[in-house]
Amino acid sequence: MVVMENEKITHPAPPLELQKPPEPELRQPVMINVNDVDFCYGTHQVLFDVNLEIPPRAVTAFIGPSGCGKTTLLRCFNRMNDLIDGARISAGSIRMEGRDIHAPEVDVVDLRRRVGMVFQKSNPFPKSIYENVAYGLRVLGVNKKSQINEAVEKSLRASALWDEVKDRLDSSAYGLSGGQQQRLCIARALAVEPEVILMDEPCSALDPIATAKVEELIYQLRENFTIVIVTHNMQQAGRCSNYTAFFYLGRLIEFGATSKIFSNPSERQTEDYITGRFG
Amino acid sequence: MKIRTRNRIAQTTAFWLFRFATYAILAAATYIFLDIGIKGSRTLFTTRAPFINVPFFTQGPQTLFVFDYEGKKYTLSDREFRAWKTEHPVEVEATSVAYSAGGVWPCIVGTALLVVGSMIFALAVGICSAIYLNEYSQNTRFIRLIRIAILNLAGVPSIVFGLFGFGLFVIFLHWNVSLLAGWLTLGLMILPAIITASEESLRAVPNGLREGSLALGATKWQTIRKNVLPYAVPGILTSSILGIGRVAGETAPIMFTAAYALRDEMPWQVQRWTDFVFQGVMALPYHIYVVSSKIPQNEYTERMQYGAACILLLLVFAIALASIVLRERTRRHLSW
Repeated sequence: MVVMENEKITHPAPPLELQKPPEPELRQPVMINVNDVDFCYGTHQVLFDVNLEIPPRAVTAFIGPSGCGKTTLLRCFNRMNDLIDGARISAGSIRMEGRDIHAPEVDVVDLRRRVGMVFQKSNPFPKSIYENVAYGLRVLGVNKKSQINEAVEKSLRASALWDEVKDRLDSSAYGLSGGQQQRLCIARALAVEPEVILMDEPCSALDPIATAKVEELIYQLRENFTIVIVTHNMQQAGRCSNYTAFFYLGRLIEFGATSKIFSNPSERQTEDYITGRFG
Repeated sequence: MKIRTRNRIAQTTAFWLFRFATYAILAAATYIFLDIGIKGSRTLFTTRAPFINVPFFTQGPQTLFVFDYEGKKYTLSDREFRAWKTEHPVEVEATSVAYSAGGVWPCIVGTALLVVGSMIFALAVGICSAIYLNEYSQNTRFIRLIRIAILNLAGVPSIVFGLFGFGLFVIFLHWNVSLLAGWLTLGLMILPAIITASEESLRAVPNGLREGSLALGATKWQTIRKNVLPYAVPGILTSSILGIGRVAGETAPIMFTAAYALRDEMPWQVQRWTDFVFQGVMALPYHIYVVSSKIPQNEYTERMQYGAACILLLLVFAIALASIVLRERTRRHLSW
């Protein structure tokens, strides 16, 4: 993990045209490989034959109307759906760096360490700011004070929160503002040094200024992490993602470089959704 | 206009009905507490320093002897009467009233032991099964059956628990009338309440905390231990207060399993420490039952009845207060 410079955020995230995704087409290597995935909640199928290759060290956005299955797919990547009774992948496989993450020999605890997640509703623990960030290390069995101190500072700096909280690390995380809480959750996820970070509508409960800060953060983190973000906000997808996948009624309609999806989508449905004709 | 008037009358009537029902509770509670408190305080307190009836708190129950001697009326306890007789070697015609002199110290100790033991048992088993039911189990037919069993257990009358404990622990397992049999019987009696309340408290912990913890690579057990259970403890403690009140006050479950009407030794006066759990004890609710219905009533018996009842109330208050303080201490560290 690389520590970001502590620059003050004075401008919103860069506008769409300033972002030049590395290449318009996808190439190797692939971080997460989704092959022909069908997904069911009990007898209710919500994903149909999804194929997707998520590239490493880039931001991939999932967009689409409510109920289109984008959050379900996201929660497959760290097997959070295991917690739901009757939820299962009924066909196909999801591979991370070539290995099937739903194979029986996969240690789900280790998988979740490698694939961090930030939730829609920020959920800091009712502990101090410090303990929130240290939690992931403690459950991994790290007990050395110096090591934890170092990781907490590094994560808080990386999530651009350090300057705001360095004087009150021992006060409750519930005293932070909504945006700070969400960035604390990101810091908490960074502390265990994951490879992938999943974000489930991380800004849906934030005001525009807090949103801008989180987006800026996402934009910076992309240099070191593979980020998958679910969002309802198409401007957000345009501002901070390199690739965009558009889902509709459980199917992946289109996937490609964000600039292409937003300027010149090849599917009619994508164009209709992006231009606001429906959804 | 007419409808409006009728609505207003209906509303006022309903409102006064609710208000009356609430005040009726208050009146009943006040009457009970005042009655027990006033009559009990005649036993608990004295008019001379130190104003507290020390023997009542430090002695076991004794027989009361009432007699007239040289124009003076004496009411002496067993011990005092024997001392008096050695000083006055004369024949006196004394009326004896069982249990009505002395105090309730062994009963207080016995009740405290019963409460502590059975609460430890019930909380341990109850919290474990609540964690299993709420955090681990899936909603299968078998689990639904267990839930129905718990509900049924909650509806079983306490005398049935007493008979069950008598049959299983006292007779079948040869534990005799013992603390252990009483602990398990009382513990089983309040187990459904503890399980239900613990489950309620666990369910009140936001799901986001569980998901957040799991997503960081914590195991399920780490999540429960570090990020769910600590936040459920205040709620569990609150609900166990009710359990304490029931355990301390129930007579039926212990009358066959743990309680003696009279025992001269204190619980710690046992030969071997292993005998500790296999001894019967005196207990306040059973003592109240004995002195109010098992002995002939007269003007001298009231003292012990109200004294013991008042102590029982105070004891339950004290334990409840302790758990409230404990709960507030625990809660101060958390806030969401």
